[in-house]
Amino acid sequence: MSLRIVVTVKYVPDATGDRHFADDLTVDRDDVDGLLSELDEYAVEQALQIAEDADDAEITVLTVGPEDAKDALRKALSMGADKAIHVEDDDLHGTDAIGTSLVLAKAIEKAGYDLVISGMASTDGTMGVVPALLAERLGVPQVTLLSEVSVEDGVVKGRRDGDAASEQLQASLPAVVSVTDQSGEARYPSFKGIMAAKKKPVQSWDLSDLDLEAEEVGLEGAWTAVDSAAARPARTAGTIVKDEGEGGKQLAEFLAGQKFI
Amino acid sequence: MAEVLVYVDHVDGAVRKPTLELLTLARRVGEPVAVALGAGAADTAAALAEHGAVKVLTHDAAEYADYLVVPKVDALQAAVAAVSPAAVLVPSSAEGKEIAARLALRIGSGIITDAVDLEAGDEGPVATQSVFAASFTTKSRVSKGTPVITVKPNSAAVEAAPAAGAVEALDVTFSAQATGTKVTGRTPRESTGRPELTEAAIVVSGGRGVNGAENFALIESLADSLGAAVGASRAAVDAGWYPHTNQVGQTGKSVSPQLYIASGISGAIQHRAGMQTSKTIVAINKDAEAPIFDLVDYGVVGDLFDVVPQLTEEIKVRKG
Repeated sequence: MSLRIVVTVKYVPDATGDRHFADDLTVDRDDVDGLLSELDEYAVEQALQIAEDADDAEITVLTVGPEDAKDALRKALSMGADKAIHVEDDDLHGTDAIGTSLVLAKAIEKAGYDLVISGMASTDGTMGVVPALLAERLGVPQVTLLSEVSVEDGVVKGRRDGDAASEQLQASLPAVVSVTDQSGEARYPSFKGIMAAKKKPVQSWDLSDLDLEAEEVGLEGAWTAVDSAAARPARTAGTIVKDEGEGGKQLAEFLAGQKFI
Repeated sequence: MAEVLVYVDHVDGAVRKPTLELLTLARRVGEPVAVALGAGAADTAAALAEHGAVKVLTHDAAEYADYLVVPKVDALQAAVAAVSPAAVLVPSSAEGKEIAARLALRIGSGIITDAVDLEAGDEGPVATQSVFAASFTTKSRVSKGTPVITVKPNSAAVEAAPAAGAVEALDVTFSAQATGTKVTGRTPRESTGRPELTEAAIVVSGGRGVNGAENFALIESLADSLGAAVGASRAAVDAGWYPHTNQVGQTGKSVSPQLYIASGISGAIQHRAGMQTSKTIVAINKDAEAPIFDLVDYGVVGDLFDVVPQLTEEIKVRKG
């Protein structure tokens, strides 16, 4: 029986761009180019490796986001994923992490899955909580923040490197996995992969396809509220000296003046 | 006064500093009630009482060490049911955020992660967050349920505020999901004797300019002269010169020390995301055009192989 892998990905504003907020204090997605969140490339890569090691596997990439989010799906398809699902609905604008996990969980259940793989966090919101929320909603084991992952005989194993210890984890499928940027470099799409991706199926679902109501998601349905967002004041220009042989001593003098020594 | 639950991060009863900082913030919102789980839970009480915990709810079971995250969620949920708190505060570690998220979903509450400050507000606690690689500051609140908020290390001062700290046993029934993910092995990290990166008052980091694993000894010597933690940029980590656990930046640790010293680090957005909220920033770099100099309070344009040893020596002399 085929191993059904669902990879959740996010289309985010480029972190090297000038990211800012829209008037309603949601992330402005118009002024900065978007792309597949770099940390999700690692999830796609691990899905591809697990699929290559399995006798029979199918990888579905799933995203929730506006029209442009299709670009993130295309990238994942060109890396080698088999098909894609795009959940898109105007009522989703402003959805928070709890709401996003609701939409993703409904879509994952509808698609059918044995293994869900996510990145460690998005590069815009950076909360890193969606994989745990998905495990809670789906009622399956959470095997998260793995630097190493393998699947064999219906069991997922992996290594989780924490601050205090490195842990070996194990759980039975179905399960939700998240992988870190230490799990292995993501491959670049080949020309052949890019061409093939154009022919791969991308399904579009809206809220009604998932039996969700508009009130359950979006800015109105969010369980958190952002009251203000302000650009951080620019740091006042510091003192810059050129080392003429005394640079270390001058720096020590500065640190002593600031009471660090 | 309303009670505020504080999840205790401890190692065999030794309370870690970010939890004591949480008690400072919790006292702004209500009366802190601490929840300590696992081996040594009861041993945390003295330190927690000294910093303002009116009660310490404890529970120990093998499940906390043998299974991932969920047993702790079950316990925290039991504590919420027992106390009906005004808010739940959890340290912003990787595990802390996962525990907080699952708890929030279960109790039907919103969650805010990585707060850097917290104050009481008319509609519940207001959390300050630093977002988009610390280029923006937002103020947010939870609009549904009991606010669940995770707070970054170094967000508040540790303050002595003696309170009763009465130990009470917490009654916990584990859920069916508790034993879903088994921890089959655990290798503790070797102690370097240096402070924990995210908790340190001073961080000394090295980047591409350090040019080799063996040269990190220079960075370590400077760190040791200041009692600092050692950090590394992604370039240095990817090159294999220093462990990933020490990486500062978007995909590594985010630090907010009193003093950050960047050596041989250009200051790409990836790195700035993890250190821009440091109070005082100092950089040493050969390239006068490096973007890191836009952030510094004091910068030295020069070769780190000259400047860092001289600085280390001068600190040792001054400290006697």
